[in-house]
Amino acid sequence: MSAVYVWIEIFTGEAVATSWEALGAGRTLADQLNVPLTALVWGQNAAAIAALAGQYGADTVLVCEDATLEAFRLEPYAALLAHLVQAHQPRIVLAVGSSRGRELLAAAAADTDSGLITEITEMALADDGTIRAQRPVYAGKITATVTAYAAETVFLALRGRAFPAPEPDAAGKPAITAVAPVLAESDIATQIVTFDTAAETVSLTDAAIVISGGRGMADNPETPPAGVEDAAVWKAQHGFEHTLQPLAQVLNAAVGASRAAVDAGYIGYAHQVGQTGKAVSPDLYIACGISGAIQHQAGMRTSKVIVAINKDPAAPIFKLAHYGIVGDLYQVVPALTTALKGKLGR
Amino acid sequence: LHIITFTRSTPDTEARVEVGPDGAVTWGNAATIVNPWDEYAIEEAILQAEKASGSTSVIAIGPDMHEEALKHCLAMGVQQALRIWDPELENADSLGYATAAAAAVNKLDAADLVIFGRESIDIGTDQHIYQTARKLGWPMLSYVARILAIDTEARTIQVERLLEQGRQVVTSKLPVVISVMKDINEPRYPSFIGIRKASRASIPVWSLADLGISLPPVRTQVVSYSNPPARTADVEMLSGTPEEQAAQLVERLLEEKVL
Repeated sequence: MSAVYVWIEIFTGEAVATSWEALGAGRTLADQLNVPLTALVWGQNAAAIAALAGQYGADTVLVCEDATLEAFRLEPYAALLAHLVQAHQPRIVLAVGSSRGRELLAAAAADTDSGLITEITEMALADDGTIRAQRPVYAGKITATVTAYAAETVFLALRGRAFPAPEPDAAGKPAITAVAPVLAESDIATQIVTFDTAAETVSLTDAAIVISGGRGMADNPETPPAGVEDAAVWKAQHGFEHTLQPLAQVLNAAVGASRAAVDAGYIGYAHQVGQTGKAVSPDLYIACGISGAIQHQAGMRTSKVIVAINKDPAAPIFKLAHYGIVGDLYQVVPALTTALKGKLGR
Repeated sequence: LHIITFTRSTPDTEARVEVGPDGAVTWGNAATIVNPWDEYAIEEAILQAEKASGSTSVIAIGPDMHEEALKHCLAMGVQQALRIWDPELENADSLGYATAAAAAVNKLDAADLVIFGRESIDIGTDQHIYQTARKLGWPMLSYVARILAIDTEARTIQVERLLEQGRQVVTSKLPVVISVMKDINEPRYPSFIGIRKASRASIPVWSLADLGISLPPVRTQVVSYSNPPARTADVEMLSGTPEEQAAQLVERLLEEKVL
């Protein structure tokens, strides 16, 4: 039977929140095609998450709880997805294009010689069954419109936060079917040794608010202790920790950085936003001491509201920003933290 | 140990890329460079091959303009370069790319490791990387931040991957396809002698017939390009003391409902 499949990503027994965005987009397509919406829920705690998928709109759920699928590995996941696609010929397979979502869809599309479009920011299904999708290319400097021949299964990976997540409805009770894994452990070439969630990670792409620092972070008025070799690096690192981080905490935001700040050693590469870092599109992006080079803009220009704080009124970031503050970030950011604490009661 | 990397020429990262009146993508007189992510893949291939007294090859799939990227790789120290091109690849999607890439890897001397940069900035995707691994039938380790060990006797590799939620250490059997991140190494500049040698190199071009393959049907098509919508409203500048600026900003952000 034809259907729209949506892969729900699980990390340590919990659904990754952006997955529901794919279920929302899948609902629209399934209604248009008049086919059931099927969630694919595999891995740790899959049974409980299957019930949740029903509340987010799935009609049916294909559940697989098996030791080989407990933590995501491409080989067993792709083998199972390719097998289900071959067996049931769904019209569309959707997922949010996290790192795992993209590689899973790409792998299963390759295994079944199916069409694949990734990083979709908008899409529409025509009456003749053609999918027409928009996606950024050239690091967001240009938008491409891509069509997929919809006669056979089409794989679609959505950009995170580009499609709204549906409101859960407690009345949703999906039909749940168990499926068996395709690969045995002995067929799988990769083994996970450790996973360190604490080490310097930033879920930049999922964050609703991102606060980024740039070269201007080195203008910290704090005096480095004696013996510090590079005063600018110390000042900037101190600023990220003691000026940007408190604001991020009040706003429950992720901390980003420009390439200049990362290259200068002010903060780790995991925080880099831009063409050679991460592309983000949060509701609110606050750029502190960032001039706004074109390669930085490529990674954040789709943010809903952009605030720029910079001492240089001619900085290009002000051309992109919705709200601009010309001033010393080391005065403005603490004032903003204090004002927000008062307003938000945090 | 034979390591193969892939590369392509892309417009300079600082270039203003836009859609011209004819609907084609243009970057004016700006130079093309090696896809920025690929430099890390090339450097890692050279480093790992040096460590194991192995060899390195680089492949580009595309028309003439990609020869420049291949020459840059040779100048950095990659030993062998190869370009794949065929009119039939003109409208190929990632499935076609992956099919050709896998065939090229299989036709070169047996490789233990294929290294890609994280993504291609021009086409804005990494999907062809994972599809190449599947067409080869090899395991895939994406987002590698560090190669911890390669054991050519036991035929295994151990790497650290940087994922959304943290750092994962994972082992795989060889051969394997990996994609590497920016912080894995510091790419070298080509030496003067390297550049001179590379400029004289003649890089073979193989067609699909040379690879002995035909491509799967094209499933997706780019129908048009457009410039992203220009910002319509001007920036609202907030003035006053830092406290006044902060207070105005909080008001605006509450009105925008983004807090």
